[in-house]
Amino acid sequence: MLANTMKLFKKLYGDDVDLRNKAVNIRENCSSCERHSSPNIKIEDLPEGDGLKITVSSKTNGETVYIPAFISKSGVIDVVKNDFYIEDGADVLIQAGCAIHTESDKESKHDGIHRFFIGKNCRVKYKEVHLGTGSDAKRIISPVTDIELGDNSYFIMDSIQLDGVSFTQRETNAIVGKGAHLDIKERILTQKDQEAITKFNVEINGDDSSVNVVSRSVAKDNSKQTLESKLIGNARCTGHSECDAILEGDGIAIAIPGLIANNPEANLVHEAAIGRISKQQIEKLETLGLPEDEAEKYIIKGFLR
Amino acid sequence: MLQLKNNSYSIDGKKIIDDISYQFEQGNIYILTGPNGGGKTSLGKLITGLYRSDNGSIFYDDKDITALNISERANLGISYGFQSPIYFKGLSVRDLLQLSSKSYDEVELSHLLSQVGLCGKNYLDRDIDDRLSGGEIKRIEIASVLAKKDTKLYIFDEPEAGIDLWSFKELISIFKKLKEQKKTLIIISHQEKILELSDFILVISDGKITRSGPTDKIFNTLSISHIDKFNCEGCEKKELD
Repeated sequence: MLANTMKLFKKLYGDDVDLRNKAVNIRENCSSCERHSSPNIKIEDLPEGDGLKITVSSKTNGETVYIPAFISKSGVIDVVKNDFYIEDGADVLIQAGCAIHTESDKESKHDGIHRFFIGKNCRVKYKEVHLGTGSDAKRIISPVTDIELGDNSYFIMDSIQLDGVSFTQRETNAIVGKGAHLDIKERILTQKDQEAITKFNVEINGDDSSVNVVSRSVAKDNSKQTLESKLIGNARCTGHSECDAILEGDGIAIAIPGLIANNPEANLVHEAAIGRISKQQIEKLETLGLPEDEAEKYIIKGFLR
Repeated sequence: MLQLKNNSYSIDGKKIIDDISYQFEQGNIYILTGPNGGGKTSLGKLITGLYRSDNGSIFYDDKDITALNISERANLGISYGFQSPIYFKGLSVRDLLQLSSKSYDEVELSHLLSQVGLCGKNYLDRDIDDRLSGGEIKRIEIASVLAKKDTKLYIFDEPEAGIDLWSFKELISIFKKLKEQKKTLIIISHQEKILELSDFILVISDGKITRSGPTDKIFNTLSISHIDKFNCEGCEKKELD
């Protein structure tokens, strides 16, 4: 692993990650620089195209697999497809994410396409962190996440992008099976002239299934954010979609909710709130001794946690 | 310890506080009471810096704090409990209490909640959002004020509003303890039991102190049931007693 990549790895996951005995694939500037499987989680090349096939066996119980991608120089365009096969009953944490470091004015880009084929009775937590550092060059990260969630399975997607990504267009598509639960939490901060576009498209196909999609974002300076969140209830199900955006400076946010109930037993809710931090919230923290600017930072930090 | 000199405050040309002067002494409990819209909350907010006087001055421990902002006054030991507590998306009860107390000690934070009748185990990690009931958020608000250790002057705006009888008894005992610790309390309230605790009562109406004095002299002259009937525009004004 290059020194720059090591720095990015620590920024994503902290200093104390022990990769020994864990299933890992570290992608660095378009190719794998470290890979090992574990007894329960097998990582191999996809038979076709550039990417991985990750198979999580039924025996997996509480293991973590790391699949990050790093671009540590300018002018790199990387597209990767990773397929995850989660066998019935598996319980796994997948640590994904991408960090780009640029050193010149050439743009770098990473498009990660992750497809999840999740069996029955699984518990999957998918954490995705996106980060950019370095020069003023454009850094673009546009992930696509496709999820097929099997009966009675549970999928938590935790996606966070707080710094340094010039443009992102993220698309998450999911098909939810019977008795399954999908929980998506996204947090995005954009600043300067950055732009973030997020699209969620969830088809809730199984009876007694549920979906919760929460997006929290902060648009600072001249940045722009757009969220399209569509829940389609095709069964006896519940779906909740929530979009909250805080605006600072001349930042703007657009929320386009979509609820489609194709089944009379579908119960779908959408909530959205966009605006500046309320004066009353800042004043409350000021009465506890925090100056106004620190109160704002504290509120944003909590909001994006 | 707190001296108001000729303070006035207007909104859109309407006088909310009209030339109020008063001297508050350390270790006493003061009640601000009077009709709705009479200026009690505004006076509390002027003292904390949430509102700024149009003219006049405020001295605290012999220091002119008129020009100080909210956090500067808070850091001098002035704490304020809001009448309508504020909800936060993303901040937990623990965050608020840690910020106020500057303590990360689990036992201490839990104790702060137990003082207001809430269990730390159940509430510390809850978000301060609209899933909390009115009574719960009010008690959390009071706990956040009590958490601030350097407080010398507490201002509570209708602390009894929305809380149940059991918690109300706890609240009374909290106020008694603060008094024993020689803290100064200014409580905006109509509640008889809270009025009875006080050393002094100030009746605020039409932005002025219309009556003030030791509780034993003022209390029996009040007709509490009449207080809320004041200042309803278009209605005939009634005298306090």
